[in-house]
Amino acid sequence: MVGQLMNWQIALPEIVLAGCGLLVLMVGVLIKKQNSAQLCSMLVLASFLVAALLSLSAPQDVGYNGLFTLDRFAVFVKILVLIAASLAVVLSLDYNTHHGIARFEFPVLILLSTVGMMVMVSATNMMSLYLGVELSSLAIYVLAAFARNDVRSSEAGLKYFVLGALASGLLLYGMSLVYGFAGSLDFASLRAVFTTETAQLGAVVGVVFIVAGLAFKISAAPFHMWTPDVYEGAPVPVTGFMATAPKVAALAVFVRILSMPFGHLLPQWQQLIVLLSIVSMVWGSLAAIGQWNIKRLMAYSSIGHMGYALVGVATGTEAGVRGVLVYLASYIFASAGVFACIIAMRKKGHAVERIADLKGLGKTDPMLAFLLMFFMFSLAGVPPFAGFIGKLYVFLAAVQAGMWTLAIIGVLTSVISTFYYLWVLKQVYFDQSEGAFDGRAPSVSFVAGLGGLVTLSFFVFASPVVNAAEAAARALFG
Amino acid sequence: MVMTIMMLTLPSRTFMEITEMPVSLAHYLVVSALLLVMGVFGIFLNRKNVIVIFMSIELILLAVNVNLVAFSSSLHDLVGQVFAMFVLTVAAAESAIGLAILVIYFRNRGSIQVEDVNLMKG
Repeated sequence: MVGQLMNWQIALPEIVLAGCGLLVLMVGVLIKKQNSAQLCSMLVLASFLVAALLSLSAPQDVGYNGLFTLDRFAVFVKILVLIAASLAVVLSLDYNTHHGIARFEFPVLILLSTVGMMVMVSATNMMSLYLGVELSSLAIYVLAAFARNDVRSSEAGLKYFVLGALASGLLLYGMSLVYGFAGSLDFASLRAVFTTETAQLGAVVGVVFIVAGLAFKISAAPFHMWTPDVYEGAPVPVTGFMATAPKVAALAVFVRILSMPFGHLLPQWQQLIVLLSIVSMVWGSLAAIGQWNIKRLMAYSSIGHMGYALVGVATGTEAGVRGVLVYLASYIFASAGVFACIIAMRKKGHAVERIADLKGLGKTDPMLAFLLMFFMFSLAGVPPFAGFIGKLYVFLAAVQAGMWTLAIIGVLTSVISTFYYLWVLKQVYFDQSEGAFDGRAPSVSFVAGLGGLVTLSFFVFASPVVNAAEAAARALFG
Repeated sequence: MVMTIMMLTLPSRTFMEITEMPVSLAHYLVVSALLLVMGVFGIFLNRKNVIVIFMSIELILLAVNVNLVAFSSSLHDLVGQVFAMFVLTVAAAESAIGLAILVIYFRNRGSIQVEDVNLMKG
């Protein structure tokens, strides 16, 4: 046990990243130059790289008296979170300057939120889990309201704060019930308790509260009501960040908490996750039809995607977890790419966000239109793009677990959702242009290009990703 | 311990009326559940002021703390009280951020009425 207590190196990526955050903050305060925001963004990107290398090389162990674990699952998810956060920082370079919110606090807040997410995915105790969740959420509340002279951004921040705080409250109440009725906050001890004795009703109610709190964080229907408003109001790089990194981290927490401490309560939570999944898939595909704002469209799209990922969680098997991880890996690139395209939507210096503004993009900016087509096809799950491979593994796991209904509903809803993705492409390619967009900034083109490259060539290097996801899933179940 | 007992005896009038009964874990759980329900309803039924919503959030976190400390004392396990300390700390940070967001919202909108938080329809 002494070895467990002393092994502080497993949290080295988080410690270094948090230290870098404080340093960047000092740099931002002390350097009174006009471009301190750009400099700090670069420093934050560099520290993300350092953290990713450290995550890959740190010893994999349990430490801090069972509060914190670094295993292959945590490493896989941390890399995804760091990639998503880096893409958001790159997206912010041009957008923030153009909208007059280029302040050095922005990349620092993204960094702090990322530290919180990394703690979340490594947490093996309710206490460290809660602190990670709060660190990531508190930073995102501020980010959502970052355009502080814009009334819609501050309203988005306010709405996200109120509903996010409610969600943490529910999560916490569930944790307190589990603590009381199972006698521990530690995942390993909880697992031991639920292995030997049947769970008391109070503990099961606690699990339901925890699932509800986490469902808020990943915006699974019926806990999605904040999503469209917050996505619409928040600055676009923040929306891009919220649509990727926190979703990945919260789903990873879902997977870890349901398979590790509550693995033996599968009969109790399975129906709940199935319900969340079906409602999200159906609502995400139906409610997106008829949206005219592309950010709201992406909000409903992300609700639907969380539904598909929850299909994998609902199976409760190793194959399901593998499916979720592959799905998330394919999702973040397509999603970040769409948000790069949204940032590129700018006419005569003004940002536009109606889907109708994309009309005729195929003629005025063929390259961007082409990339947007990749992303929409990937999100819709058209083969051979990345999204198809993600969906394939998730539905495969559902079929293997004998959950045919869930797989069939998933396929049907993704057919329905293809309608609105294709509707966007119809405007891009077949409608008359109403004026071209302004030139793209190199940072935006970089994210769009990278996202397009990954979504297109995912099937080429799918096998290393799938193998890594499989090893990660085995770390949870093995 | 004195702090704990003071915190747990918040609804003092009902507490005085049932002094003959020993206070069991179930009493604490009922108080906590009531606080939680009041908090959740305060958020969703409140149609007046955003500050009231913030108070409701605090109420929910206090309900959790009552739960944690009551369980901690009945399980003879200190972890719950440690967790309650963390929750108090995070609650302070959370309300600081919430109030900061509310201030910039008020500057832009000129009102903190709940019915005015409607620029984007969900």
